[in-house]
Amino acid sequence: MSRKGIVRRRGAGQAALRLLLYAVLVLFCLVYLLPLVIMVSTSLKSLGEIRTGSLISLPTQVSLDAWLKAWGTACVGVRCKGIAPYMWNSVLMVVPAVLISTLLGAVNGYALTKWRFRGADVIFALMLFGAFIPFQIVLLPMARTLGLFGLAGTTWGLVLVHTVYGLAFTTLFFRNFFVSVSDGIVQAAKIDGAGFFPIFFKLMLPMAVPTIVVTVIWQFTNIWNDFLFGSAFTVGDSNPVTVALNNIVATSTGVKEYNVDMAAAIIAGLPTLAVYVLAGNYFVRGLAAGAVKG
Amino acid sequence: MAGVQLEKVRKSFGQNEVIKGIDLEIAPGEFVVLVGPSGCGKSTLLNLIAGLETLSSGNIRISDRLVNDVPPKDRDIAMVFQSYALYPTKSVHGNITFGMETRHVRRDEQDQAVSEVSQLLHIEQLLDRKPGQLSGGQRQRVAMGRALVRKPDVFLFDEPLSNLDAKLRIEMRTEIKKLHQRLGKTTIYVTHDQVEAMTLASRIAVMDNGHIRQFGPPAEIYEDPRDLFVAGFMGSPSMNLVRGTLVGDGDRLAVEVRDQEGTVSFPLPAALAAKVRGKTGQQIDLGLRPEIITHHGAHAEGAMLSNFERAIDVVEPTGPDTMLVFTLGGAEAIGRVRSDEVVEAGRPYTFEVNMDKAKLFDPESGIRL
Ligand SMILES: Nc1ncnc2c1ncn2[C@@H]1O[C@H](COP(=O)(O)OP(=O)(O)OP(=O)(O)O)[C@@H](O)[C@H]1O
Ligand SMILES: [Mg+2]
Repeated sequence: MSRKGIVRRRGAGQAALRLLLYAVLVLFCLVYLLPLVIMVSTSLKSLGEIRTGSLISLPTQVSLDAWLKAWGTACVGVRCKGIAPYMWNSVLMVVPAVLISTLLGAVNGYALTKWRFRGADVIFALMLFGAFIPFQIVLLPMARTLGLFGLAGTTWGLVLVHTVYGLAFTTLFFRNFFVSVSDGIVQAAKIDGAGFFPIFFKLMLPMAVPTIVVTVIWQFTNIWNDFLFGSAFTVGDSNPVTVALNNIVATSTGVKEYNVDMAAAIIAGLPTLAVYVLAGNYFVRGLAAGAVKG
Repeated sequence: MAGVQLEKVRKSFGQNEVIKGIDLEIAPGEFVVLVGPSGCGKSTLLNLIAGLETLSSGNIRISDRLVNDVPPKDRDIAMVFQSYALYPTKSVHGNITFGMETRHVRRDEQDQAVSEVSQLLHIEQLLDRKPGQLSGGQRQRVAMGRALVRKPDVFLFDEPLSNLDAKLRIEMRTEIKKLHQRLGKTTIYVTHDQVEAMTLASRIAVMDNGHIRQFGPPAEIYEDPRDLFVAGFMGSPSMNLVRGTLVGDGDRLAVEVRDQEGTVSFPLPAALAAKVRGKTGQQIDLGLRPEIITHHGAHAEGAMLSNFERAIDVVEPTGPDTMLVFTLGGAEAIGRVRSDEVVEAGRPYTFEVNMDKAKLFDPESGIRL
């Protein structure tokens, strides 16, 4: 047992308790990991093995065929080019939507806290309200708006929708960060002769890097994983990958190819996983620093 | 050289009037200290002069130029903030040059200016560090450096030393004074600390609740306070106030203080007596600073002295002096004796008071008589 840190009681009873604690933790871990393990192992099996073997048995022969098919040749509806083009659609949607909503959220948060104007609190309260509107409510008005803008059924339409609905959250994140930044810094910068945007870009944004990372992860995950807007506001070729995945699974020609479905699902989830791995450290730190505190 | 003039300056935040008509005339090169209790509007007044807040009414002139509508950057002022307000993502060098960069000063001039102030403030070795890697005193120096490179007409300081520990505060206080003597720039300095005010100021403005109560040289504020507020605010420990009754007739007046331990009579010197003639029988507040209530033989020759005896409640040695806490006229009072005086708590002690330095206040208005 470790001799560092807080002094603990010792003895046989304590050791047993500890053991029990770890056993429970491991059990939870397994429960949590099992679905992922089954997905990965199923995606590496051949169709024959899936039919004969049991769900949780590991593949006897590892094969990447299902992955290749899911990526390049699986049929989504009538189009048999795999999910690759839809991945691309999602990237084209998620990158601008994340960047624009994060940048605008940062400007909003900065303006609301450091250039306080009459009604700033009311505006913030209204924006906050936007974070709680169920998305179903806005489907019809949004469809009409996109139609008027000539953006119906396009990736750019989806970018607009996600930017608008992300703003409530990104503004909240940045406001909560900038509120904790000393007003003196802005005053000093004003005396130094800097204006609204120079202060923002040269002083505030560099300070907000942890919040930027948290916001990017949050927005990326939400927008990438969105299904509702994707299925409502895009058609066929412009579908994001979540919608395409659904269509692959739902396409019923002949046998059900569980291995391809699993592989496609994992591929569709990989980008968010990658973002977490790359920036997750920051995310936890940002959470701990209260950046996501409502 | 630049003076600063405030004319009927008022500032309200919504319904809440914070600065209630302030007139102040600051001569070029002066070091004016604003003191006052928390929330009395010191920072607000400084921000008004800096242009960080907009006036509700009145006029502000810097170097005889009306600056009511001039933004901070064009006012030829520099400001040092209480929390330093350094730019955390910039190095010390970047902090100092930020203002010059926004004003597009040439690179070689920037470097020249940085090396000048960093030598002056002994921060040459720190130029590459971030503010987070500096100690409190070093941050303070950098904040001053950032103000100095502007070569402003007027320096504004908002409690620049309040985040430092006692020793460093005294060191920096001396440095600020030296700096002012060397540069001779007009300076307005806000502080809570009346010792800082006394040591630094050429004139002190005592503020209370949006007004200036008194504006004058430190000695005048200390020895000749206009009212109870100023008298009580300046000096540490603060002035003892004893409620008594004016007795006697003609020029032989005295303040009589009665409590459980008996009656003490404080005879008034002629100069004081002249001011309260005709008020015999009325209540009056007697103000005695701790240092004039002391042991026998400590006063200047020829001073008008008065003795009284009281039981000591608490003995507080401070090193050079010992503070004696006792009760007089129902209120707690403090006397100050030299440290080798033998005093025991609970025992009576005979104090000698220099009545020439006593002050009298009207108990209702608080105005000094
Ligand atoms: N932006 C503002 N909006 C509303 N009220 C304010 C604002 N700034 C200051 N006040 C109020 O004005 C009063 C004076 O504030 P100010 O900061 O000038 O006090 P201060 O004398 O500097 O106090 P301290 O010694 O604590 O720094 C306070 O009652 C404060 O609540
Ligand atoms: Mg203040």
